[in-house]
Amino acid sequence: MNSTSTQFVPSRRMGLCEPMPQVGMWNDYKENNCMHTSQPVILEVDSRFDNQSEDTSHGTVGPSNKYDQEENKPVDKVMRRLAQNREAARKCRLRKKAYVQQLENSKLRLMQLEQELERARHQGSYIGGGLDTGQLGYSGTTNPGIATFEMEYGHWVEEQNKKIADLRNALYSDIGDVELGIFVDGGMRHYFDLFAMKATAARADVFYLMSGTWKTSAEHFLSWIGGFRPSELLKVLMPHLEPLTEQRRLELSNLRQSCQQAEDALSQGLEKLHQILSETVADGQLGEGNYLPQISAAMEKLEAMVRFVGQADHLRQETLLQISRNLTTRQTARGLLALGEYFQRLRALSSLWASRPRGSA
Amino acid sequence: MDKVQKLSSENGVVIFSKSTCCLSYAVHMLFQELGVIPYVHEIDRDPEGKEIEKALLRMGFNSPVPAVFISGELVGSTNEVMSLHLSGSLVRLLQPYRTLN
Repeated sequence: MNSTSTQFVPSRRMGLCEPMPQVGMWNDYKENNCMHTSQPVILEVDSRFDNQSEDTSHGTVGPSNKYDQEENKPVDKVMRRLAQNREAARKCRLRKKAYVQQLENSKLRLMQLEQELERARHQGSYIGGGLDTGQLGYSGTTNPGIATFEMEYGHWVEEQNKKIADLRNALYSDIGDVELGIFVDGGMRHYFDLFAMKATAARADVFYLMSGTWKTSAEHFLSWIGGFRPSELLKVLMPHLEPLTEQRRLELSNLRQSCQQAEDALSQGLEKLHQILSETVADGQLGEGNYLPQISAAMEKLEAMVRFVGQADHLRQETLLQISRNLTTRQTARGLLALGEYFQRLRALSSLWASRPRGSA
Repeated sequence: MDKVQKLSSENGVVIFSKSTCCLSYAVHMLFQELGVIPYVHEIDRDPEGKEIEKALLRMGFNSPVPAVFISGELVGSTNEVMSLHLSGSLVRLLQPYRTLN
């Protein structure tokens, strides 16, 4: 991919560039391009520019019949002017690209802040700042392990957004596989960091982790035992890993089946835990007001929950590792980018949902 | 320990478990899904259970159950079983013992 394919022709309205001379081929650009921040438009402009970059090169060596329209200026002056214009246009495109990038980042940041605000509104009393802490299930005390996790998770999401942007830039630039591999490793390790954070938080309060309040609403809706469902992840990723050889496609399809089987097994184990917990708590005479033995016995069962969450995260980690083992660096990079943006979209959806007008049909 | 060795060599697929251990149950369900009927030994229902637990811990298990043996060889606990399954190796190890469909 050549570097010109990601450049825009600037719009005069933006005042970012010097005015262009009335040379035929540039007029098309001016009319058709304007400043948008939404992604689809950016892609459209890319392809259009790709077609017309060939025109540019023709313009430099082609016949001068187009310029006869000019007022009989000597050819070399025109050529120099054209070169200057090209340079100005190039600089303009780069500035515009940087501007658009900045806008996109700000948009994401805004959505993030809105989510945090929404979450803080819901959980204000949990962090110990509210009046009703006594009514929550935590005996009025703030769990420091959980407060730490909340903070660290906020940082993790910010870092994740940065990593995704970096990965996207790396993929669309001309860097080699070795350099790209550094971004891929960083991306994978970032997920593993999250699993480690969750393991620590599970020891502090496994129910908090299972409750999913630390995630956005859409993520939580789609979650399975405190996080994403590995087989679903594979389903989302696979189209973005193409082109795949038949063998690779088969391997990935087998991986997805294995994930599903492992998930089913863990889900059944969790079902059994529910049953056992219920039986333990309900054991003996219900109604006599003495239940310390049952509660003590149930405590042990709750400990098993920590292992289940750990097992689910282990499955997620193994899935990510297994995916990367079967693919090239570039494919893994594309997969990580697709995955990262998938979760960004879910978070954005949650924000949008949270800010929808209430009381409307 | 003798009993661990004895049971794991007499049976193709062995899961040392406890009646209340739900992760052991999960591993059991996975094996069934793969067409295998494992030999499940509940050590809390075994009078020699404490000895077996000690032996398993000595073998390197962090928690005594679930402890999985296939063809007499130590496979590991839930982590190892899941990793092997995702890599496709578990099915190969279980192949000689698949009876269900």
